[in-house]
Amino acid sequence: MFRKIALAALATASLGLLAQGAEAQAQRPIKIGSFLAITGGASFLGDPEAKTLRLYVETLNKMGGVNGRKLELVVYDSAGDAKQAAAFAKRLIEDDKVDLLIAGSTTGETMAVVPMVEQERIPFISLGGASVIVEPVKDRKHVFKTPHSDRLAVQKIYEDMKPRGITQVAILGGSGGFDQSCRKNAQELATIMGMKIVADETYAPTDSDITPQLTKIKNTAGVQGIVGCGFGAITAITAKNYKQLGMTTPFYFNHGVASKQFITGAAGGAEGMRLPAAALLVAAQLPDSDPQKAPGLAYAKAYMEAYKEDISTFGGHAYDALMLAVDAIKRAGGTDKAKVRDALEATKNFVGVDGIFTMSATDHNGLDSASFKMVEVKNNDWVLLK
Amino acid sequence: MAQFLQFLFSGVTVGAIYALVALGFALIYNASHVINFAQGEFVMLGGLATFGFLGAGFPLPIAAALAILLTIVVGFALQRFAVEPARGATVVSIIIITIGASIFLRGGAQLVWGKDFHRIPAFTGEDPILIGGAALLPQSLWVIGMSAVVVVVLRWFFGSTLAGKAMLAVSHNRLAAELCGISVRRVLLLSFGLSGGLGALAGILIAPITLTSYQVGTMLGLKGFCAAIVGGLGSGPGAIVGGLVLGIAEAMSAGYISSAYKDAVAFVAILIVLIVMPGGIFGKKGTERV
Repeated sequence: MFRKIALAALATASLGLLAQGAEAQAQRPIKIGSFLAITGGASFLGDPEAKTLRLYVETLNKMGGVNGRKLELVVYDSAGDAKQAAAFAKRLIEDDKVDLLIAGSTTGETMAVVPMVEQERIPFISLGGASVIVEPVKDRKHVFKTPHSDRLAVQKIYEDMKPRGITQVAILGGSGGFDQSCRKNAQELATIMGMKIVADETYAPTDSDITPQLTKIKNTAGVQGIVGCGFGAITAITAKNYKQLGMTTPFYFNHGVASKQFITGAAGGAEGMRLPAAALLVAAQLPDSDPQKAPGLAYAKAYMEAYKEDISTFGGHAYDALMLAVDAIKRAGGTDKAKVRDALEATKNFVGVDGIFTMSATDHNGLDSASFKMVEVKNNDWVLLK
Repeated sequence: MAQFLQFLFSGVTVGAIYALVALGFALIYNASHVINFAQGEFVMLGGLATFGFLGAGFPLPIAAALAILLTIVVGFALQRFAVEPARGATVVSIIIITIGASIFLRGGAQLVWGKDFHRIPAFTGEDPILIGGAALLPQSLWVIGMSAVVVVVLRWFFGSTLAGKAMLAVSHNRLAAELCGISVRRVLLLSFGLSGGLGALAGILIAPITLTSYQVGTMLGLKGFCAAIVGGLGSGPGAIVGGLVLGIAEAMSAGYISSAYKDAVAFVAILIVLIVMPGGIFGKKGTERV
């Protein structure tokens, strides 16, 4: 008898506990984990990304959160270091018990975390550039990314070169991970798209003068166009040296240079250079019919009001990642990791500032080359090319 | 020929930049046998502070002067508050202190001027001068010319002024110098201030070419240190020659061998120099055993 009562009491108690647990589950904030290169060499990526995440998590919470639950952001500074990124990812997953990751300013940080993410089966939206992050998808089931891949950038560049009669190109890039990936894609796509690479020059990202490399390209017979793979101060130095040598060969950079500093740092050398960039960079110049115009302008306004500094396309990657995650959590009806992953993969026609995302079981980036806008530097500003 | 000239111009420009940084190393080494690893940060401070003062509305010469002054003060402060309290410590400990100071200065600069890279305008225009089909920026001539001026001034300072001779005396024998009435503390303070000013000057001269940011000092410090070692630590002409050797080796290997291996080629060149002449090109022949 006593045993029966005890059992019943125990059962009621545990039921109560369970119910309490379920209630706590509903009230528990949605935890978003992040590690970004807030300081260090890639801070021009991580800094606007972290600022964007903080801004919009706050905004979403003011609007009542997601599914009635508040958002909670946990950010660590990986300083662009792959080893630190892996350590922080472990801490985020095991100690902070986050529901998903929006992290990894660079390709290096992201790749260091991919095996852990796959093992833990946690949805991960990377802000890194290279296409290897989400390819092959069968080994990257839980990994997504918002920035346009370097491969797409090179494809867009070649597409723009062809009508100008450019088929023989020179590659000029750094020795870093992103640069190397861009170079590899430029070589692979050249054979597919009928381009010929006649020169290939390298520099170190900390170099202070690129005239020897440019001189070699200038003196190579048959170079009709140059593809620049790189980012940071060195690209501005490249543009300066290009002008110093009086070169006129059409020069294309990738989207890594899409910040105002590139133009000001180049001191006029960037004039006439072209690059594929996110629509965000030229949002004000887009026709009103373009679906990306409204979100781009809204993001730019909110960011500039909050931080009193120019937007960069890099902050836009973080914005898109957060909004994609929120959208997926809404469709999944909660933060069950497997359901959120499936919902992310099922994203269709999601209008972000980077482009219109349509993910699938074979594409975890979801952007096509139409999401890139070709821009040219004219009078020290970006001008949208038709 | 035009191609060779272009590589040479690039090498000389970059080499002169390394040389200016190397001269700063020489100054402190001469007074204290300490290698100041915050020298690159002095260079960074000069460029960034000039950018800051330009933004505040000062004309370039005044902004540059203020930046040099500021960096001299930072040099004094580094000596007074970081190096001086550890005066009994070994040279190696003090070198480690300067590494710490360099990290501190980099962090401080990041807070003040942000993480972006900045540009200050060239002194006399951006239009390149064409010589034999090769293009040279006027700013490169400024860098080369000022390096030469600095070497002459330093030679005069160490050879003909009391303060300079006191500095040399302290470097040769600290105790004997002190017994002769030289204030070692003041000499050390002066050497840090001077090399701060010299570093800032270098930073201002090269910022129009290399652009400047809070982390530019790391690479410049390293390459400047290499140049100082190749030329012979503590030697003014050695710093210039070391810088030029390094710069031209880099440019020529990028041009004629492979741009992917240019740093490797340059460092191999340094190794060869050091194997043949362990004290550097202008270094003292004998080695001191401690």
